[in-house]
Amino acid sequence: MEGVDYLSDERKKAQFDVEAMKVAWAGSREAFQLSDRMAKLVANDPAFEKFTRPMMGRKELLKNTLRKAAHGWKLIVDLRLTEEEAKWLRLYIDEPAYTDLHWGMFFPAIEGQGTEEQKKKWLPLAQKMQIIGCYAQTELGHGSNVQGLETTATFDPRTDEFVIHSPTLTSSKWWPGGLGKVSTHAVVYARLIVGGEFHGVHGFIAQLRSLEDHSPLPGITVGDIGMKFGNGAYNTMDNGVLRFDHVRIPRDQMLMRVTQVTKEGKIVQSDVPRQLIYGTMVYVRQTIVADASKALSRAVCIATRYSAVRRQFGSRNGGPETQVIDYKTQQSRLFPLLASAYAFRFVGEWLKWLYMDVQQRLAANDFSTLPEAHACTAGLKSLTTSATADGIEECRKLCGGHGYLVSSGLPELFAVYIPACTYEGDNVVLLLQVARFLVKTVSELGYKKPVGTTAYMGRVATLMQNNCSVQTAEGWLNPCAIVEAFESRAARMAVRCGRQLAKFENPEEGFAELSADLVEAAVAHCQLIVVSKFVEKLQQDIPGKGVKQTLEVLCYVYALFLLHKHQGDFLATGYLTPKQASLANDQLRTLYSKVRPNAIALVDSFSYTDHYLGSILGCYDGNVYPKLYEAAWKDPLNDSDVVDGFHEYVQPILKQKVRTAKL
Amino acid sequence: MVTCDPTKWLVQASHKPKESKYLTYLRLAEAMEGVDYLREERKKAQFDVEAMKVAWAGSRQAFEVSDRMAKLVANDPVFEKFSKPMLARKELFKNTLRKAAYARKLINDLRLTEEEAKWLRHYIDEPNYTDLHWEMFVPAIEGQGTNEQKKKWLPLAQTMQIIGTYAQTELGHGSNVQGLETTATFDRQTDEFVMHSPTLTSSKWWPGGMAKVATHAIVYARLIIDGHFHGVHGFMVQLRSLEDHSPLPGLTLGDIGMKFGHGTYNTMDNGVLRFDRLRIPRNQMLMRVSQVTKEGKYVQSDVPRQLLYGTMVSVRQTIVVDASKALSRAVCIATRYSVVRRQFGSRNGGPETQVIDYKTQQSRLFPLLASAYAFRFVGEWLKSLYTDVKQRLEANDFSTLPETHACTAGLKALTTAATADGIEECRKLCGGHGYLISSGLPELFAFYVPACSYEGENVVMMLQVARFLVKTVSNLGSKQPVGTAAYLERVAPLMKNNCAVQTGEDWLTPDAILEAFEARAARMIVGCCQRLAMFENPEEGFAELSTDLVEASLAHCQLIAVSVFIQKLKQEIPGNGVKQSLEVLCYVYALFILHKHQGDFLAVGYLTPKQASLANEQLRTLYSKVRPNAIALVDSFNHTDHYLSSVLGCYDGNVYPKLYEAALKDPLNESDIADGIQQYVQPILKQKLHYAKL
Repeated sequence: MEGVDYLSDERKKAQFDVEAMKVAWAGSREAFQLSDRMAKLVANDPAFEKFTRPMMGRKELLKNTLRKAAHGWKLIVDLRLTEEEAKWLRLYIDEPAYTDLHWGMFFPAIEGQGTEEQKKKWLPLAQKMQIIGCYAQTELGHGSNVQGLETTATFDPRTDEFVIHSPTLTSSKWWPGGLGKVSTHAVVYARLIVGGEFHGVHGFIAQLRSLEDHSPLPGITVGDIGMKFGNGAYNTMDNGVLRFDHVRIPRDQMLMRVTQVTKEGKIVQSDVPRQLIYGTMVYVRQTIVADASKALSRAVCIATRYSAVRRQFGSRNGGPETQVIDYKTQQSRLFPLLASAYAFRFVGEWLKWLYMDVQQRLAANDFSTLPEAHACTAGLKSLTTSATADGIEECRKLCGGHGYLVSSGLPELFAVYIPACTYEGDNVVLLLQVARFLVKTVSELGYKKPVGTTAYMGRVATLMQNNCSVQTAEGWLNPCAIVEAFESRAARMAVRCGRQLAKFENPEEGFAELSADLVEAAVAHCQLIVVSKFVEKLQQDIPGKGVKQTLEVLCYVYALFLLHKHQGDFLATGYLTPKQASLANDQLRTLYSKVRPNAIALVDSFSYTDHYLGSILGCYDGNVYPKLYEAAWKDPLNDSDVVDGFHEYVQPILKQKVRTAKL
Repeated sequence: MVTCDPTKWLVQASHKPKESKYLTYLRLAEAMEGVDYLREERKKAQFDVEAMKVAWAGSRQAFEVSDRMAKLVANDPVFEKFSKPMLARKELFKNTLRKAAYARKLINDLRLTEEEAKWLRHYIDEPNYTDLHWEMFVPAIEGQGTNEQKKKWLPLAQTMQIIGTYAQTELGHGSNVQGLETTATFDRQTDEFVMHSPTLTSSKWWPGGMAKVATHAIVYARLIIDGHFHGVHGFMVQLRSLEDHSPLPGLTLGDIGMKFGHGTYNTMDNGVLRFDRLRIPRNQMLMRVSQVTKEGKYVQSDVPRQLLYGTMVSVRQTIVVDASKALSRAVCIATRYSVVRRQFGSRNGGPETQVIDYKTQQSRLFPLLASAYAFRFVGEWLKSLYTDVKQRLEANDFSTLPETHACTAGLKALTTAATADGIEECRKLCGGHGYLISSGLPELFAFYVPACSYEGENVVMMLQVARFLVKTVSNLGSKQPVGTAAYLERVAPLMKNNCAVQTGEDWLTPDAILEAFEARAARMIVGCCQRLAMFENPEEGFAELSTDLVEASLAHCQLIAVSVFIQKLKQEIPGNGVKQSLEVLCYVYALFILHKHQGDFLAVGYLTPKQASLANEQLRTLYSKVRPNAIALVDSFNHTDHYLSSVLGCYDGNVYPKLYEAALKDPLNESDIADGIQQYVQPILKQKLHYAKL
């Protein structure tokens, strides 16, 4: 049955040019080719096989990851891959490893927070991986609140050193990836103490292990924090615990680009604007949004392909049962996720532009858009990661019972993805930041013009007053009607929160009391951003037969799905009548029928290899059942007919001798 | 002394580290044993916790049995489960077989009653083959076997001389039993059935206990006599030799591979089974309802087929009860850790704020706490419903069956979906540490989620409810709706009269709540019916509108849960403050759903935006009333630390030393230098990767 494409009929139904859609998804032809080349390089290299991962014990698993990371690095060096290529290569290896932290956090931290001298010294070592670093911020008792960190770095002017110390159990560094077993160095965040006074939290480069024999240095306790969610997932990563017992490091290992400590123990603020650090934050969050679209698209690809393969009920005259993708209940859960994957992809692309814009402004000392950019990226990080985590689990459920098998790929994808809701800013904490910004924007409307994604607030009077004018289901197929609905909902919810807050004497108390409502207003604002960026994308030229039309359908699906899901908001603010909400829902059903013939082609456009998907249910050729059957036999329990433990623990029961058995 | 060259600085400092600091912290942890870090919280309780424990358990007697069995398991080192996630599959499975044998021995030695044995197995908290043997195999024989068959097989099963499983699902066929492909063809000459798997997709796939342990199975197959198909029936099939346990000739048996999570269902040998024309005697077809005679005649007995529904009600009732248990575990962990954990809000260098004091935390956590109680009482009510159904069936009264069937299907879907989501929400409410296996939540989630798919996939269940509701409404003129659908009789006033609430306090009346939920459900169902009527082909309409129908079913099921909670509060519930605290939870449950689904209430025109907003404000006030009782409310579940198996949720709240201690037990911490560093990391650091053997 090899070589037969069981989904070829489905592929023939496509009403658009799949190759052109692949380019639209990747962002450009060049980006597509690069990604495609790296995906195939990994997929065709047996060193990167990942099927057996979930069956390994922890030690074996880590060892296997170290091997893959070394092999990956060797390829990067031997093939002289560019930085961009190397990034894609690591992505497609699809296994969290210490190198993620080395390249993604350690290196940028030195680049962003180190002085020229420090960069000259440390970057070449890191670049060649003569040292391997991680990023040690989070502590056992302290996560999101950086100012609450307990680790101390006390300046000792006599020796010109900092003494790094963990004064309590809860001050132990806890979670940093790569810290437990691999990293030789770390950027450690600690409270700077000079002359008995606290001077904020700063980064310090600390060596953790000997470069000779890799043993932990004196004064340092380092270890792994134990197993995490999933079989493989993040268990390939040595997330670590680290304690300092008065470890001394030279003064010049404090990252001093923004703040310096002189030999004499004087604190000097450099003229580098502190806001520069926000540039990095925007960058990191942009990456997270891009990753969300990747993770969600993987899950959707698996669920869509298997929904076309799987049949259930509806057999007529002994004929085949109905493909589950033809059920409206399946479509109404699956297609909004498919649309979300595209929506997140395009919002991620737009964030790339935003990052460049922010960089340019920062370089020109223009900080005017920073609060807006900051709120926008925080909100989008929260929105996309939450929706993706929920979406992956929904896709797993959409695969029925078989989605519970590790070989479906979905349990592992879920387990590896969900930390994104917590790291780089807990999602609820981030939405509260967005809410704070929105309330401020509203209260300053009289004298300050809102910019960027909050520009619509400038029209708040109109948005409060004019209600929806849609009269037919077709009336909803209009970008202006959609955007206006989302703007009105967001504006009205933000204004309403503003008014309720005004009733409190103490604004902070009001903010705490109303925080659940504020979070809802922030979500409304973020959904508006995603919808309007999708709409904007469609105002550009997108080449390829039928590509733009198909994306338009997805855009409406995304927007109307949200509108239906949150119809309570739209109705409660009085913008919609129940009749109009119901028309939107009718239109949504019609749109699902338009997505249906294109469903397989739309997930093919992600251009995922079977290796990257790592899922039997989602395999390209749809030949699911023989592959599932075959995969089952590889489980260690199938090594023998009579299983280990049978003679000791089951035979005595059957033979009625359990009383005398040795258990 | 200090130089800028990191390698030199390192050489000066490099020598073997002194004795590990770990021991110090282990000692620290020990020193803190016995202190109750949550004592202050426990003092805040405004009700009698011991009385609430009884209310949760259902009766004092139920509480005592459960408590005794929980402690028996918790205090027996054989049932230790911390190391489970670190075991590879074979070792894990062997360990489970050992626990199951040991439990069997305890049950025998201590002469435990059936009820006690059930609790014992429950608290061992590890899926294994005995679950299927006792909960599916034995009941299948009891329910579908003739008296003769029962006399032959039940004693063997009860003494476990044979171990059985329940083989229905196939590789290509799940919920649709009529689509099964396995065949049982009657051979008149030998008086046997020939069991056969004609295709790959007809392989039996998923049955627990089947791969490695079960000696027998009840196999569901299409009965074929003389080329004619006579429906799907159950057959008793021996799978393995009772001598050496090897699979019998004519069948292929194996394990279907790893499942979600570490321990979870990987302790279970879910299996694959294929038949190659295996022969079994005719009297191994379960013949209580239909018989095949020696001559090959297919005969229906006078036993009503509806009897089989009784089992279904019983199974679903168990699932609802299990939902409340699983959700209460997650909520207990998240609540306790939300009290221990502090974040932001420090004033003048004082301690940070307990995260449970944040409204955002309360608005996610307390509705789940309320849901756990709501599901508990729904489960208890279903027990009485089951008793009622059994009595009626015995009296040949089938009038309430369709309603009961729809009600249990809907509650199964409602409670399992909410519990699966709720566990994951609790995990998120624990912040980053919830991602650690030692938090207990990842394993609880991975263990629980199959409940959404097994025994009737949740969306399929909701569609069945919808079908019943549509039928009930269309028959209103001719047939009086009963039980949980009785409110539909008042459809006219429910369609007409809108909500009269005018203040936040007005929402604190059971009638206002009930009427709102009734009106919403009735109006959504009627709305669906009106739109269905526009379709020429009703089946087409049903397919096209299925999403809306599912939403209407959900509204109906939420009404059931809310009204059962309200009914419960009309009974006497002893104990100081117990009833009052439960009333608060009941309002939280109802108003939380009302807020979450305010779109429904507004769209059907029952509420004004102002009234919805008043409900939301009242909800905030209720959260403040839950807050002081939160810890006591989760203590009332009476879960042992063993059962919770969560460092974050431990009773004494001494979380951080325990987390630290747990981490050190990871195999990676057996040595300072991990396996693989020499081969795969040193060559990178030493810039010798080019020559390394990878």
